[in-house]
Amino acid sequence: MNPPPRPRLDRNLVHRFGIVAVLLIISGLLAATTDSFATAANLTNVARQVSINGILAVGVTFVLLTGGVDLSLGSVVALSGVACALFAHPGEHALIVPLAVGLLTGGACGLVNGLLVTRGGIAPFIVTLGMMTVARGLALILSGGKPVANMSPALTDLAGDLGPVPIPLLCFGVVALASWLFLSRFRLGRHLYAVGGNEPAARAAGVSVPRVKLFAYGLCGLLTGLAGVVLAARITTGQPNAGQAYELDAIAAVVIGGTSLSGGIGSVLGTLLGVLLIGIINNGLDLLSVSSYYQAVIKGVIIVGAVWLDRRQARS
Amino acid sequence: MLAVRDLSKAFGGLPALQDVSVDFRPGEVHALMGENGAGKSTLMKIVAGLHRPDAGTIRWRGHDRRFASPQDALAQGIAMVHQELMPIPDLNVAENLLLGMEPVNAWGWVDQAELHRQSASWLRSLDTELDTRLPMRRLSVAQVQVVEIAKALARQADLILMDEPTAALSEHEVAALFKAIDVLRRRGVAVVYTTHKMDEVFRVADRISVLRDGRLVRTEAASTLTPESLITHMVGRELAKVFPPVVTTPGEVVLSVDGLTREPSYRNISFTLRRGEVLGLAGLMGAGRTEIAEALYGLRPADSGAIARDGQAVSLRSPAEALAAGIGMVTEDRKGLGIIPAMSVQANLTLSALARFAGPAGLDAAAEGRACEAQIRAFGIKTDGRGQPIGQLSGGNQQKVLLARALLAGPDVVILDEPTRGIDIGAKAEIYALIGRLSAEGKAVLLISSELPEILSLTHRILVVRQGELSAELDPRLATQEEILRHAMPR
Repeated sequence: MNPPPRPRLDRNLVHRFGIVAVLLIISGLLAATTDSFATAANLTNVARQVSINGILAVGVTFVLLTGGVDLSLGSVVALSGVACALFAHPGEHALIVPLAVGLLTGGACGLVNGLLVTRGGIAPFIVTLGMMTVARGLALILSGGKPVANMSPALTDLAGDLGPVPIPLLCFGVVALASWLFLSRFRLGRHLYAVGGNEPAARAAGVSVPRVKLFAYGLCGLLTGLAGVVLAARITTGQPNAGQAYELDAIAAVVIGGTSLSGGIGSVLGTLLGVLLIGIINNGLDLLSVSSYYQAVIKGVIIVGAVWLDRRQARS
Repeated sequence: MLAVRDLSKAFGGLPALQDVSVDFRPGEVHALMGENGAGKSTLMKIVAGLHRPDAGTIRWRGHDRRFASPQDALAQGIAMVHQELMPIPDLNVAENLLLGMEPVNAWGWVDQAELHRQSASWLRSLDTELDTRLPMRRLSVAQVQVVEIAKALARQADLILMDEPTAALSEHEVAALFKAIDVLRRRGVAVVYTTHKMDEVFRVADRISVLRDGRLVRTEAASTLTPESLITHMVGRELAKVFPPVVTTPGEVVLSVDGLTREPSYRNISFTLRRGEVLGLAGLMGAGRTEIAEALYGLRPADSGAIARDGQAVSLRSPAEALAAGIGMVTEDRKGLGIIPAMSVQANLTLSALARFAGPAGLDAAAEGRACEAQIRAFGIKTDGRGQPIGQLSGGNQQKVLLARALLAGPDVVILDEPTRGIDIGAKAEIYALIGRLSAEGKAVLLISSELPEILSLTHRILVVRQGELSAELDPRLATQEEILRHAMPR
């Protein structure tokens, strides 16, 4: 006879606790050293700023869980934004058209990534490195190298508020909630963990590995498209040079959140905490008026330090 | 030469070894026997410096010693050949063999000619001829093992510990290993040896120590023990019958295979499998048994040939298709193709049958949990709970989870590839009983095993594979181990 399952100290819980502690310490320090951090206006601002990185991070969580990686996020953000803006001139199309174009552009890039990884058998790093260059090039070609301006107010309003809540944050929230449900409750979600945890064993257990990977890259692309639309709405133009190095912040957030780069371990909740941590660091450094040169150095050190602390805790 | 006295060791409060005293003598092969978790590996690892004892002494060549690390033990002349060998696959045989003690010339460069000459001479001292320029990754497991033993000799080891050296070896590779062990014995090296294979221990061991639940039951000369008395000491109770009787009468044909070919692994394989039948597939390792099974499960499809399920031709290009056709398999490669270590017992167990619990609102967690609990009970899986990561279970319990997974999907045909490899005798007996139950329930079982007593005792019919071809069909009631081997040996 087996005893009933007893609550055990979940490794993920330890992970989360570590990040929550770092998050609280940094927030506490900022609240103590600046007047502006703990104000409603600033916190809303933080929420708005983290939304785009949040959507990207949740999307790339799916890919990282399978043991893959997506380096094309930033470029695809730019391409989707440009594509969206091209269809968003006032009076030309219904609002749904630019939205759909932006999302589907991202989704298509993701599917191409997925097909090259599964059918082509090329390493994800290489495939998405290629996509990073191609998507950036396409964004420049489509826009003629100049920002695509003259976007309809209906679309740029998407960067505004719905009642007290910024719409980008709402998007992020819905995406995160749906992804969490999906990963923890659905069959395909379980399959994602299985593929990342031991791909040959997952296949031997009857999991269709190519389908699972294609889904992960496709969904990541779709969410990248969404991030592109939100960004275009916020800066009111389709910027072919937007989104530089966004993939790094997104992947950093996911890894800080306890997701293993080799796949199979991780959660959306962890990713949320990682996104918040990076958002607060960015905001705090701005508030402390640290020069952007130093900001880059400090951010890098904090990211590596947070992950190091976290892993050390998880091991003990 | 080495005397262990009152050795104790606990992991996280659980005693793994309690007051164990044993002597290892030069020129003697000393087998440690016991079920998984009996403390054999712990004892070996303490002697080899991988673990520190909590209490007790180790006297080595007349001095009390505590080895701080495997390097420390090795420097004192104690070497361990591991269950999972760790050679450097891209370096060649000579570079691996003399790693860290390469002969150098006056310039301080590695003297290649001397390196290969010395390595070859160490290998020859074990009666082995091997091209020392081959990279390690091209060697068979048995060859790697011999290199590891030569490596221990080159480091002047007087005590060599071998943890399940034959777990992954075929019959004739075992013979080669035993030849090397014989050489060690003649050179006066003390050999400590663990295995799960009953027949083997009597072929190789001079003395046998039996451990149970971390305690030493007894040490005796091998000649005074019989397999039956040894099993009784190991499990602490009489196993009236390890093998259940074969009772079911096979029914209609559920699987037929015609002319299955995949060069160079196997060719022109044809056979049928009936409802309730246990069909044994015997043969040496590398004869193509596993490859044939993998074709039937869609893991590595055949190039040509036909497979029919209940008379209907089926195409099996992936395990998903095989499962849909009612064919399930437990592979021999538990770590590589079986468990997903970071996932829970439940997630591993239900992975092949998730469709059953899937609804529009996601998986029915309650139904999945119930099904999992039922399988845990039915298979006697020992776990802290279904949420425990499967990587923390013992090998035997992992294997039971994989069996439970394959059967939860509800297959009519069950392929078992070496289902008892590396698990203890208690778990083996449970798996034997399970095979009998499956047959009684009308499932067709294809059993691949390198342990001939299993094949002879559990099956209705035996097919022998030799170099990728079916060489014989035997009746297990009439056949002997020698007869199977004769049909299995390459000619």
